[in-house]
Amino acid sequence: MDMHYRPEDLAFQAEVRQFIQANLPADLADKVRRGLHLDKEDFVFWQKKLNEQGWFAPHWPVALGGVEWNPTQHYLFQNEQVEGCCPPVIPFGVRMVAPVIFTYGSEEQKQRFLPDILDSTAWWCQGYSEPGSGSDLASLQTKAVRDGDDYIVNGTKTWTTLAQYADWIFCLVRTSTEGKPQEGISFLLIDMNSPGIDVTPIITIDGSHEVNSVFFTDVRVPAENLIGQENQGWTYAKFLLLFERSNSLTGSLKQQLHRLRGVARQELTGGAPLCADPAFAARLADYEVQLRSYEFLELRTLGNSRPGAEASYLKIIGTDLQQLASELTLQAVAYYGNPHISDALVHGYNEPSVGPDYAAPAAPQYFNYRKTAIYAGSNEIQRNILSKAVLGM
Amino acid sequence: MDFSLSEEQQLLKDSVQRFVREEYELESRRKLVATDIGYSEDNWAKMAELGWLALPLPEEYGGIGGGAVDTMVLMEEFGRGLVVEPYMSSVIIGGGFLMAGGSEKHKTELLPKLGAGELKLAFGYAERQSRFDLNDVECKAEKSGDGYILNGHKGVVFHAATADKIIVSARTSGGSRDADGITLFLVDNNCNGLSRRDYPTVDGLRASELELDGVAVGADAVLGAVGGGAALMEEVVGQAIAAICAESVGCMDVLQETTNEYLKTRVQFGVPLSKFQVLQHRMVDMFMECEQARSMCYMVTLKIGDEDPVERAKAVSAAKVQIGNSGRYVGQQSVQLHGGMGMTDELHVGHYFKRLTMIDTMFGNKDHHLKRYADL
Ligand SMILES: Cc1cc2nc3c(=O)[nH]c(=O)nc-3n(C[C@H](O)[C@H](O)[C@H](O)COP(=O)(O)OP(=O)(O)OC[C@H]3O[C@@H](n4cnc5c(N)ncnc54)[C@H](O)[C@@H]3O)c2cc1C
Ligand SMILES: Cc1cc2nc3c(=O)[nH]c(=O)nc-3n(C[C@H](O)[C@H](O)[C@H](O)COP(=O)(O)OP(=O)(O)OC[C@H]3O[C@@H](n4cnc5c(N)ncnc54)[C@H](O)[C@@H]3O)c2cc1C
Repeated sequence: MDMHYRPEDLAFQAEVRQFIQANLPADLADKVRRGLHLDKEDFVFWQKKLNEQGWFAPHWPVALGGVEWNPTQHYLFQNEQVEGCCPPVIPFGVRMVAPVIFTYGSEEQKQRFLPDILDSTAWWCQGYSEPGSGSDLASLQTKAVRDGDDYIVNGTKTWTTLAQYADWIFCLVRTSTEGKPQEGISFLLIDMNSPGIDVTPIITIDGSHEVNSVFFTDVRVPAENLIGQENQGWTYAKFLLLFERSNSLTGSLKQQLHRLRGVARQELTGGAPLCADPAFAARLADYEVQLRSYEFLELRTLGNSRPGAEASYLKIIGTDLQQLASELTLQAVAYYGNPHISDALVHGYNEPSVGPDYAAPAAPQYFNYRKTAIYAGSNEIQRNILSKAVLGM
Repeated sequence: MDFSLSEEQQLLKDSVQRFVREEYELESRRKLVATDIGYSEDNWAKMAELGWLALPLPEEYGGIGGGAVDTMVLMEEFGRGLVVEPYMSSVIIGGGFLMAGGSEKHKTELLPKLGAGELKLAFGYAERQSRFDLNDVECKAEKSGDGYILNGHKGVVFHAATADKIIVSARTSGGSRDADGITLFLVDNNCNGLSRRDYPTVDGLRASELELDGVAVGADAVLGAVGGGAALMEEVVGQAIAAICAESVGCMDVLQETTNEYLKTRVQFGVPLSKFQVLQHRMVDMFMECEQARSMCYMVTLKIGDEDPVERAKAVSAAKVQIGNSGRYVGQQSVQLHGGMGMTDELHVGHYFKRLTMIDTMFGNKDHHLKRYADL
């Protein structure tokens, strides 16, 4: 055992830092740091910068645009991005559908879709969940019926994150009702500009527009957009879910703690900083201990190329900590969690803030982060997976 | 001992329930929240007509002379409806200060108007540095002739924009955090030197930041004894906390019932979600939190008039801690068990969750009241 980074890893870390410093505009970093809303252009700008450096799709095969990094370097790379306040990479294209395409797709599909993902020309979204099929994903009902060279798709996808920006959606659709529900599902790539697609926003409790409903009415999709075999979609979908759940959270949790500490230094109680208040200091310490434990949990699983059980417990523990940090931050700002100035989180809002400016995102973020225990397979479902797959119950 | 409601209290409960049913459909509330003032003057007039604005006020000043239990009954139903009218600010707190600290003239002039819905009040106490300490007051009141000149800031003053008069805590003597030397002033909302910045709150209410820049008031603006505001605030805020406990019990019950109903109807894996034991146990825990919160709500309601100030303060802090714990658990789990639906603005679940979250902050969160309890 050895818990130290090797010199080449440290050199790599320094290189990533330098790159970020040289390429990330200060006002964009500031937006991220302050928790303001990011526009499509913000994400795309940074993704293109990463791509120019050859770092946008490091986990892809080298021949397709990936980089030969060791697991530690992948880990450092992700966490340096967070620490440097880079806009997060939108995962749906590069981290989710791309591995499915290069693992199970045809040669034509690789050539057609991967370059646009790599240079962020195409924005993807994920069409798995439906109103009647959330945790029980395999029960999904959106139908695709073969008609000559096309499929005709009818149904509703919901909770589709950032579909309002999307050029493409990867969908699980039902192509057969024979056998087990899992056996009649196919994986289809659908152009969001196809006639018959309707996107409507769903506003969440924090007031933001992150998710959507996507309605399909007689949408024609060329059969060449089918991934792999008809009715084999479930295999590809599960392969993808592992990627969805295996994102490192350590960096962003540290960032949350860093912000929280900043707030607790500035807020006062009894004439002294809140961070010196014994009860609050104990909460901060407790959080930091849990974060340290989580970090080592993540480090222990580094290099497991396809984390299974690990992905489930990292998801549960990591999202618990995301929620806890947001809750402590809201507690720290006390009464100034109340004001709701919807434009305060929009870049360029020029009014002076009500209360301290770090207070404005506290309540929206706390409300919004309730989602982390629900999406990507709820934490109850993750526990079901662990009890079955790991504990053999 | 008897924890049942009297016939009058049951009638009151029924009539508030009817009001909430008729006026507080989620859609109607959404419209109210989006209006300029954030609530309905018609509702306010109706509350006056039904006698609710006069409920806790003494009969000799045109009130109904109701007690803490009556207030509890009403506030619980308001909680069930997520009512946004400024009842807490105006009647419970404003009325509370007039009754506990007002001069005979204040009472005869103002209480009948308050009960009739012709006068609204608000209470400004928090400051940037004060956190939850009511006695951390830097806003200054300097003697000037017969009256006083007020200078300073008050933050997150609920319903200040629509109040006719605002009760403001200011320091007439002593150091920043001394209990002695705080005085309460009744300040006209439209007076010279008072400026406001109004905004909505995350749970659908309204609040304001106040700047007092040389606000001149007469000697008759003082509520209670000069320098004796701390005790007055403790008394009235204690009553407000008891009322807010009742409100949160109403919120929690709605969430518990709604979530239970949802789990019985939402089918996944071919069965209603209510068939999964982990969700059954979660529901049982939510149910027990509701029962504990209700018990503590009764406890504080019945002890808020206690002679012994320590006993009274302990009851208040204990209840606020319980409401903080229970509200957090019930609110968070209701969202979680609704899955994606719980995250939507469209469902009422999120609105109750947000209100319960902000109730924890009102007049001191769980940490604050645990410490206060331990120190008593
Ligand atoms: C903000 C957000 C973004 C999302 N983005 C996307 C996206 O981009 N694309 C996409 O396809 N989907 C997305 N989702 C959908 C997400 O994957 C689903 O919400 C999730 O799978 C849960 O499904 P559900 O909402 O239908 O809840 P339900 O499945 O109805 O679950 C309700 C509750 O019951 C619990 N439960 C269900 N079954 C069991 C069981 N067997 N045992 C114990 N407990 C159980 C759940 O854990 C949950 O607490 C998103 C969701 C959110 C909130
Ligand atoms: C100190 C002590 C004094 C006792 N005194 C008496 C007495 O005076 N008279 C008497 O008759 N008995 C007595 N008991 C026995 C007691 O009632 C049993 O221990 C108890 O009913 C549990 O049964 P078990 O020990 O067989 O455990 P099991 O029933 O085998 O349970 C083991 C574990 O599984 C859990 N479990 C079981 N079924 C479920 C389920 N459906 N869902 C979820 N979890 C489940 C249990 O909660 C427990 O944690 C006593 C036990 C103790 C420890």
